[in-house]
Amino acid sequence: MTESKEIKKVEPLTRKDMWNTYLRSTFMLGSFNFERMQAIGFCVTMIPAIKRFYHRKEDQAAALKRHLEFFNTTPWPASAIFGVTAAMEQKKAAGGDIDEAAITNVKVGLMGPLAGIGDPIYWGTARPILAALGASLALSGSILGPLLFFFGINIIRILTRWYGFKVGYKQGTDIVHDVAGNRLKKLTQMASVLGLFVMGSLVSKWTSIKMPLVLVSYKQAGHVVSTSLQNILDSLLPGLVALLMTFACMWLLKRNVNAIWIIFGMFVVGILGYWAGIFGL
Amino acid sequence: MNAMQFILVILVSLICGMASVMDERQFHRPIVACTLIGLVLGDLHTGIILGGSLELIALGWMNVGAAMAPDAALASTISSIIVIVGHQSIGEGIAIAVPLAAAGQVLTIFVRTIAVFFQHQADHFAAQANFRGIEWCHIGALFLQGLRVAIPTGAVAAIAGTSIVNSWLNAIPPVITHGLQVSGGFIVVVGYAMVINMMKARSLMPFFFIGFTLATFVTGINLVGLGILGACAAVVYVQLNPDFHDSIKAPAEAAASAGTEDDDILG
Repeated sequence: MTESKEIKKVEPLTRKDMWNTYLRSTFMLGSFNFERMQAIGFCVTMIPAIKRFYHRKEDQAAALKRHLEFFNTTPWPASAIFGVTAAMEQKKAAGGDIDEAAITNVKVGLMGPLAGIGDPIYWGTARPILAALGASLALSGSILGPLLFFFGINIIRILTRWYGFKVGYKQGTDIVHDVAGNRLKKLTQMASVLGLFVMGSLVSKWTSIKMPLVLVSYKQAGHVVSTSLQNILDSLLPGLVALLMTFACMWLLKRNVNAIWIIFGMFVVGILGYWAGIFGL
Repeated sequence: MNAMQFILVILVSLICGMASVMDERQFHRPIVACTLIGLVLGDLHTGIILGGSLELIALGWMNVGAAMAPDAALASTISSIIVIVGHQSIGEGIAIAVPLAAAGQVLTIFVRTIAVFFQHQADHFAAQANFRGIEWCHIGALFLQGLRVAIPTGAVAAIAGTSIVNSWLNAIPPVITHGLQVSGGFIVVVGYAMVINMMKARSLMPFFFIGFTLATFVTGINLVGLGILGACAAVVYVQLNPDFHDSIKAPAEAAASAGTEDDDILG
């Protein structure tokens, strides 16, 4: 057995280290940059673990260097990756059979699948639904709206971060099976169904498009009877225009048109439509 | 706006700017940011209503992968100040929020490019095992993101109460302001489209149409009711989905493994 493979005694993370790591993880994206994205945040979050496991300066420098590599995923569930990485670093520090490439591979290998789970659950379902609920209360001026959103989303976030890290640290590389397994896939599918269902209802409920343009107007028994574009659309399918606009936006976004340009485009449509009398207030 | 309020506005916008890049505690979401500015400026009620209105528009704005969302933080802080201090309508607030979101996006792209410098600085510190140095690189970039919102907001706060701003806003012809109000009614679909695209779940689109149809034709149903229906649909879908059933999959796998065994015997 070579000297470097000698089994050394390495202390595990203390509760204080875990708390410190958690706290740092909540600032993870602070230094997001276009070269390596969340890299500095990842490194800063790993510092308590690196300090606990490595005591020689060159080991510390090597660990810092490997966690300054490119990293980018959905921020909150990334805590599970911190846990796994910490577990692997601990093994490595103890002289276990883990090389630098293995740690990087697990990190990079988890990034994509975790974003695939995290984006639909947190950005696609939890946040829009809480925001929609909060906004519907806030529109009437109720402070409950902002409070519901803020506390609701933060409780979800804190639980994800804290337990994500704990589970990742405890299970180590075994978590790879969980990420690939059915349980998380089920959860993601459920979130997607709920998210799409609510988006569909919002398209109908939270858009207001009025088209008072009169298409037909005739006299009947002394009264003027007129049929507007809105009347026809309402008898066909109310909300149809909003639905078509949603599809148009999806189409444009898929072609990598910046959302801001689409929004400006809609302003132009609104102004021209109002000017031409197609849209009304 | 007195000096104390001015300082608090700067503080709130610093927090919102930092939250905007971190996407962590959600202080940058309009429903929170506008409420805080409203609180600081002594008009909580208006802040909440503007926040709710802007939140609807920003509902689907998110950072996914390397793609950058329009910036809700700058849009929220400045439009709240203009509406509350400049005595403008909520509709006007929404109209100015969108160009501000675009400006904020440009600014954050700028800062995220500058942050590459901190990245290289961090590499330098890592080689020396200098923990403190890396931490300062992180904090430095974060603080720049805070300033990115605090400086423009402070500038607007300084002139918001003056007649210049009001005369600018009043100079906008009514066809524009009304047109903007009209588009406020459907601009929300951009956010919805972002969410739907992100899900990348074409096969689940029927649930989108079920939600749409129910919300359109069932009068009196609110968001909570629709949410319950959606959650039930989600659970039932997963329960019935054969992809998640080991019992259905098992025979096929058994058959497959039996096949290989036969092959072995034959071989």
